[in-house]
Amino acid sequence: MKTFKLVSAFSVLAFSTLMMTSVTAASIPEDRIDTLRQAPINVEPNPPAMQAVLNKDIKEMRNYPMQPPVIPHKIDGYQLDLKVNKCMSCHARHRTGDSQAPMVSVTHYMDRDNNFLAELSPRRYFCTQCHVPQLDAKLLVENDFVDMDHLIKANTEQNKH
Amino acid sequence: MLDKLKKIWQVLNRPSVHYSLGFLTLGGFVAGVIFWGGFNTALEATNKEAFCIGCHEMENNVYQELQSTIHFTNRSGVRATCPDCHVPHNWTDKIARKMQASKEVWGKVFGTINTREKFENKRRELAEHEWARLKANDSLECRNCHNFTYMDFTRQSPRAAQMHSTSLASGEKTCIDCHKGIAHHLPDMAGVEGF
Ligand code: HEC
Ligand code: HEC
Ligand code: HEC
Ligand code: HEC
Ligand code: HEC
Repeated sequence: MKTFKLVSAFSVLAFSTLMMTSVTAASIPEDRIDTLRQAPINVEPNPPAMQAVLNKDIKEMRNYPMQPPVIPHKIDGYQLDLKVNKCMSCHARHRTGDSQAPMVSVTHYMDRDNNFLAELSPRRYFCTQCHVPQLDAKLLVENDFVDMDHLIKANTEQNKH
Repeated sequence: MLDKLKKIWQVLNRPSVHYSLGFLTLGGFVAGVIFWGGFNTALEATNKEAFCIGCHEMENNVYQELQSTIHFTNRSGVRATCPDCHVPHNWTDKIARKMQASKEVWGKVFGTINTREKFENKRRELAEHEWARLKANDSLECRNCHNFTYMDFTRQSPRAAQMHSTSLASGEKTCIDCHKGIAHHLPDMAGVEGF
């Protein structure tokens, strides 16, 4: 019993020192708090000019096969609520003839047990949960994503040596 | 009192006995001008946006919705007001539309659309009237501002150019077939062609 108490006292002590150091390590230096605003916290900076959404109608490459493709056109004013799904007025199977838009893939007609439904699956109703239009903007945070083709290539290259 | 009325009746009954023909013609003309002017002024007054949104049904529903669309603010500063899209420019059509609109005023007076819920319930019906009207006149009101002849497809997005140079150019479709809900929220669209 006594040893147990001692052990728990030690672990509490160890844990709290760990917490303390990690807090200091993770805390952001003061001069870096405002990096996104680019101005001290008590100053109202001029907002950057608003960017127009890309509307080139040229499909973007997907970064991996399961990625929801990004939207290559603007979606301003497209009503998407319980009454209307403007997206489906072009992307539904029976609309693609008129709209010449790609049909939502068959996964959009499947429920979670992989049964095919006649109608759009409710879990795919709100398109903008997964699909978003793009800006031609500078990255706020550096992106070090590596395409898996590069990974596989690098891997086979390494195995050769 | 009775005497006076009798006298007025005599004048009204046979005016040419009491007044010269010239005076009557002139008077009739002046009265006509005043009446016509007044009528058209009333027409003008009811043709301003302020009148349309004078009742809170319009102010609270459709006007609020219009404000976030491109027809309210845009880079060129050209605004479409309610009558631009809803009142025909030529006179006979204008009168016909006003008669129809009176029915909507009736709707206000008798409270068929006086809450958001009631308005939403009625919206499909009201919208269908507008679609039918714009379909029948080949989207005349849109074309008063957007002239197909002067559309530069090279300046439009490929998606727009593709549609405008095919179905629109051939006359198979008109603006309202493809551009429903550009100014207001849409009602439940189940069963509407194109949705
Ligand atoms: C007026 C018809 C129309 C409407 C409305 C519409 N789209 Fe599209 N969409 C297209 C067309 C046409 C394409 C093919 C590429 C192009 O021309 O932009 C496309 C492409 C896409 C793509 C890219 C597919 C791929 O394989 O890369 C996505 C994702 C998409 N749309 C999502 C949406 C979403 C989400 C909405 C609703 C917010 C929507 N679309 C509304 C016509 C439409
Ligand atoms: C839960 C996330 C999710 C939602 C919600 C969703 N999608 Fe997708 N979508 C995906 C994914 C993932 C893919 C790519 C893989 C696939 O086809 O399933 C995709 C693919 C697509 C494609 C390309 C199809 C093809 O074969 O090229 C289109 C177009 C599309 N979605 C449109 C829509 C529209 C329109 C809606 C709204 C009605 C919608 N999506 C809702 C995740 C989603
Ligand atoms: C008072 C003139 C006027 C009338 C009437 C009018 N429009 Fe417009 N419309 C404009 C202006 C101005 C713009 C914005 C042009 C710009 O700055 O890009 C515009 C933009 C548009 C756009 C482009 C939306 C976008 O996101 O780029 C569409 C679509 C449109 N109008 C359709 C219609 C239809 C359909 C009607 C008839 C119901 C109509 N307009 C009636 C003046 C008008
Ligand atoms: C066959 C369908 C169709 C018809 C008919 C049609 N449009 Fe369009 N229009 C589109 C599509 C699709 C777009 C691009 C997507 C969007 O803006 O939602 C578009 C875009 C526009 C734009 C914006 C241009 C741009 O570069 O984005 C304007 C303005 C416009 N339409 C006006 C009109 C007017 C005015 C008429 C009637 C004279 C008309 N349209 C008839 C389908 C149509
Ligand atoms: C750019 C053109 C345009 C302008 C500006 C406009 N409307 Fe509309 N309105 C329409 C169209 C098109 C419809 C048919 C329904 C739809 O497609 O949304 C409509 C429908 C309506 C309806 C029927 C109910 C509904 O929501 O469908 C009412 C009421 C209405 N408008 C009132 C107004 C009032 C009030 C104003 C001014 C604040 C106004 N509208 C400005 C184009 C316009």
